[in-house]
Amino acid sequence: MKNYMDWIRTDFFPTAFCPGCGHGIILKAIAKALTELELRREEVVFVSGIGCSGWIPSPYIKADSIHTTHGRALAFATGVKLTKPDLTVIVVGGDGDLASIGGNHLIHAARRNIDITCIMADNNNYGMTGGQYSPTTPRGAKTSTSKKGHVESAFDVAALVKAAGASYVARYTVAHFPQLVNAIKKAILTPGFSFVQAISTCPTHYGRRNLSQDPYEYLDYLRKNSVNLKNVQSQDDVLNKITIGEF
Amino acid sequence: MPWKRIKLPISPGRFLVQGDEAVADGAFCAGMRFYAGYPITPASEVITRVQQRFEESGEGVYFQGEDEIASIAACIGASWTGVKAMTATSGPGFDLMVENLGYAIFTETPLVIVDVQRAGPSTGQAARPSQGDYHQVRYATHGDYEIIVLSPWSCQELFEFGIRAFNLAERYRVPVIILTDEAIGHLREPVVYPEEINIFDREHDPDAPPFSFDEKDAGPMPLIGDGKSLLITGSTHTEWGKRVTQDPEVHRKIVKHLIGKIRNNVSDIFESHEEFIEDAEIVIASYGISSRSGFEAVKRLREKGIKAGFFRFKVIWPMWEKYVKERLSGVKKIFVPEMNAGHLSRELERLVDVEIIPILELGTCVITPEVIVKEVEAHL
Repeated sequence: MKNYMDWIRTDFFPTAFCPGCGHGIILKAIAKALTELELRREEVVFVSGIGCSGWIPSPYIKADSIHTTHGRALAFATGVKLTKPDLTVIVVGGDGDLASIGGNHLIHAARRNIDITCIMADNNNYGMTGGQYSPTTPRGAKTSTSKKGHVESAFDVAALVKAAGASYVARYTVAHFPQLVNAIKKAILTPGFSFVQAISTCPTHYGRRNLSQDPYEYLDYLRKNSVNLKNVQSQDDVLNKITIGEF
Repeated sequence: MPWKRIKLPISPGRFLVQGDEAVADGAFCAGMRFYAGYPITPASEVITRVQQRFEESGEGVYFQGEDEIASIAACIGASWTGVKAMTATSGPGFDLMVENLGYAIFTETPLVIVDVQRAGPSTGQAARPSQGDYHQVRYATHGDYEIIVLSPWSCQELFEFGIRAFNLAERYRVPVIILTDEAIGHLREPVVYPEEINIFDREHDPDAPPFSFDEKDAGPMPLIGDGKSLLITGSTHTEWGKRVTQDPEVHRKIVKHLIGKIRNNVSDIFESHEEFIEDAEIVIASYGISSRSGFEAVKRLREKGIKAGFFRFKVIWPMWEKYVKERLSGVKKIFVPEMNAGHLSRELERLVDVEIIPILELGTCVITPEVIVKEVEAHL
């Protein structure tokens, strides 16, 4: 396939994503990566969980896809990979899906270092169910279930997965499109468990309460507040900025 | 033809086999080549035997999940690649599997689950038998559906049901549960392995829609890797897997299909074992380990001149209501020994207009023939 649009089911458009949602950018990044790697449709299978993120591959990517139960995508994907090792198995989930209900499956998939690529579309909250706080909601952030500011600390999911034994781990935002495409390509090519945390935008819930309801301003915030791991100068950068790059 | 007669892939003959091992052997002979599980008493010996068979044959993939949730999920993923998949557990583990059991039912995924019952609720007595999961295996997950549950009474039947469970799962594209218990799972008995067996392999059609709305039958199954961009989802879907979550008519059709493909074939699925029924005045009706004591009790009652009959449910779900009504309606009393607070008893009370007398064991002990004989005599 020469054009990334060949990977996308436009017959299901318009998408179910809210206006300004970053998941469309992640969809395009995945399609671009598959195109540039010259993969064939029959070589790839997508597995997703429940929530906005689950809809990125199912139904919008034109390949086999299993839209599973909440949090369990990696466990389903393990069964597929073990019986069909030649397939490229790609899991797409959200921060709630993979890091909360699916947290145990995530760390064990990383520990086993099974050859699966996992892309976490991280919008810092549960979008589809009404903007509740998730494991990646920063302390102090306002959500529909933390109206006075979230009291828990967020997971650094990329660092967690790296520590658990994954072969390749990267984090970029949807404001870093070329880097994101590149990371997904590298993740697919790396043998063993690969994890790409894609910080997405959610103007409808998270942005409205914390950053901006305007998609452009939201993207601009991600761009201005990100620092590459190679350029981290101080502890302040680590605590107050989004660290991006390869772990 | 999906039905095939094959030579047994393991040595035929007569062997002393443990129940858990027998079911693993049956499943292996039926073609099971993916097993995912999580250790739990009293089902763990199933895993050991499966691993042994996979290692001996050089075929099959074993996966020990981080929990029962992951194990059944991996089985579903494996099944959609065309491999026959199984997991085994006991009550507490079955609890965890229920969410994905519902997914397997809704996505019509062939799968076998062995539930070696132990006493509950909760952790209960891990190494003691019970029949407390009778209704759980039927009504485990939310929503409306039918499921198939086989209930063996011996190690020989555990072997045979290991084969039959896969044949039914592949035939009707449904998870099939083998409901046994600690007493049979840990029993050792002589088991005869035949030279040849009949197995059913699912109808694979790459061009077929992944789902069907036919109320009479399961549709053929396309697979992951066919290159047809399958959409598989646990949300309400069209025949081609497109999510339709607001249209009551689509949901109605799919639920009618899930129920219809089983209920309309109940005469093919249901199996019972009956003895001395024709002239029986009273009947002892049961399943699993309790029916074994029930059969012995019937023989002793006959020796005493009491016209006792024996009815054993080899398949406990789906219940073939019409048949059971016909067979049991003419008798005076039905005694139902079971190791729970009256699960089958309640089901039979609903079905037949005959006095039902439950003989219940709540203390994790197998009911003995003496207890049953005494109870019957007390009611004559």
